[in-house]
Amino acid sequence: MVYNAIPASAHIVLDTAIEACAPWSARIRKGQSLRIIDSHGQQAVDTLFYNAVDPAERYSGQDTIRAQGSLYIGKGTALMSNEGRVMLHVTADSCGLHDTCAGACSCESNTVRFGHQTKYYHACRENFLIEGAKYGLSKRDIVPNLNFFMNVPIHPDGKCTVVDGVSKPGDYVEMLAEMDVLCLISNCPQIHNPCNGFFPTPIRAVVFEERE
Amino acid sequence: MHLTKEQQCQVDLNRARYEELKAVGQKKAPKALPGNTHRDAAAPVESKIIRREIVPGGWYWTTRLDRGDALRLINVTGGSCISVLAWNAYDRSERLNHADTIKVQWAANLEKGRVILSDMGRVLFSIIEDTSGKHDAVVGGSSPESNRTRYGAGRHRNTRENFISAAAKLGLDRRDVHPCVSFFAPVSVGADGQFKWNDGVRQAGDFVDLRAEMDLLVALSNCPHPMDPSPAYAPGDVEIVRFRTEPKKSDDLCRTASAENIRAFENNALACLSA
Repeated sequence: MVYNAIPASAHIVLDTAIEACAPWSARIRKGQSLRIIDSHGQQAVDTLFYNAVDPAERYSGQDTIRAQGSLYIGKGTALMSNEGRVMLHVTADSCGLHDTCAGACSCESNTVRFGHQTKYYHACRENFLIEGAKYGLSKRDIVPNLNFFMNVPIHPDGKCTVVDGVSKPGDYVEMLAEMDVLCLISNCPQIHNPCNGFFPTPIRAVVFEERE
Repeated sequence: MHLTKEQQCQVDLNRARYEELKAVGQKKAPKALPGNTHRDAAAPVESKIIRREIVPGGWYWTTRLDRGDALRLINVTGGSCISVLAWNAYDRSERLNHADTIKVQWAANLEKGRVILSDMGRVLFSIIEDTSGKHDAVVGGSSPESNRTRYGAGRHRNTRENFISAAAKLGLDRRDVHPCVSFFAPVSVGADGQFKWNDGVRQAGDFVDLRAEMDLLVALSNCPHPMDPSPAYAPGDVEIVRFRTEPKKSDDLCRTASAENIRAFENNALACLSA
């Protein structure tokens, strides 16, 4: 796999390490690109996008997979909003398998999946609530999200599992914003399934734009 | 990343527990599920029927549904698809979550014995009868764009706009319109991730019974599924029968179908205790 450097000609708008298990957010302007780097490999990155001007328009996994006719997210996928508009295009992907059907982990769903004793573990839903609140977003605004670097095959008979991620240290996915968006990320803290190799690790987010 | 011995030990423990849960979840559920309901079986007792409603092709319907009441969705012509949204009647931020419904049950195929979950780890609906088992919990409903792609120019009613109207009439707005599940939509996922419409499996008179497990607000949309290959926009009428169910027995199928279902129903019970 070729790991392309961000072009030297590009202007780096921000370059941030996101701690293991932590939330993160940024406004990304139309024409800017977001690169998410799985620094240590096998780390799920739960991601949501909102129209920066009208956050009631937001990422829709169902519109996205319906428009492309297939389940998995990768290079060429148009990330669609609930209003049927393209929010971002996936322009580069060194990993090749990303999910948008399994949603985020939450304290509540963890109790159902893994037992009531797992309720008081940090979860993506908590990250989204805390980070979204900074922009006036509430639980009503949190919808099923993108899971970069997360491998959730659905089989022809309907069986579904979360299996080991295929991402290697340094793998990345890159998106070009087609409108001004707010990006919310939860660097997934889940330790009860293989989406983070049972050991959550830091990731990196870079926003850049080509100079005029 | 280099892990310490203790960290590696924790990783191994977590993995072993996950593998055990997965094995139980995948082995037990298919054994416990009885398959499809026969079309002539399970007629609701006449005295328990509260209301019958015909929803014309292309239209939507809303209702408040009390815990223990059920909706029978009847595919009268065999060519219809019914998309469903639902909210907790007392906290509309708690709502149907198709992603949790899929991953918690290790299954994207809805059928008799499965449940539909909220984002709060609780059961909204139990699927207590189902003649087809051919539904879509993944792709969602139609939109103005998907109708344009499928049918070309012109106004065709669609599920996205139906849900916005339906939500408005329940005092909600488009922020509350979440991803849906769609009944009578035989979609499967190929090994390559491509969606496949399994034609010819829907029959006139197919029905599915959804029992409310908490007091709900419900919106239904009767529009052709966006993957329905029929070139004509011709959604048939559907019939909705609302009826009262018997109190749940301790061996109720949906309540006991899997360890996950049991825990989700425990969460429902806990919510009542703390209310």
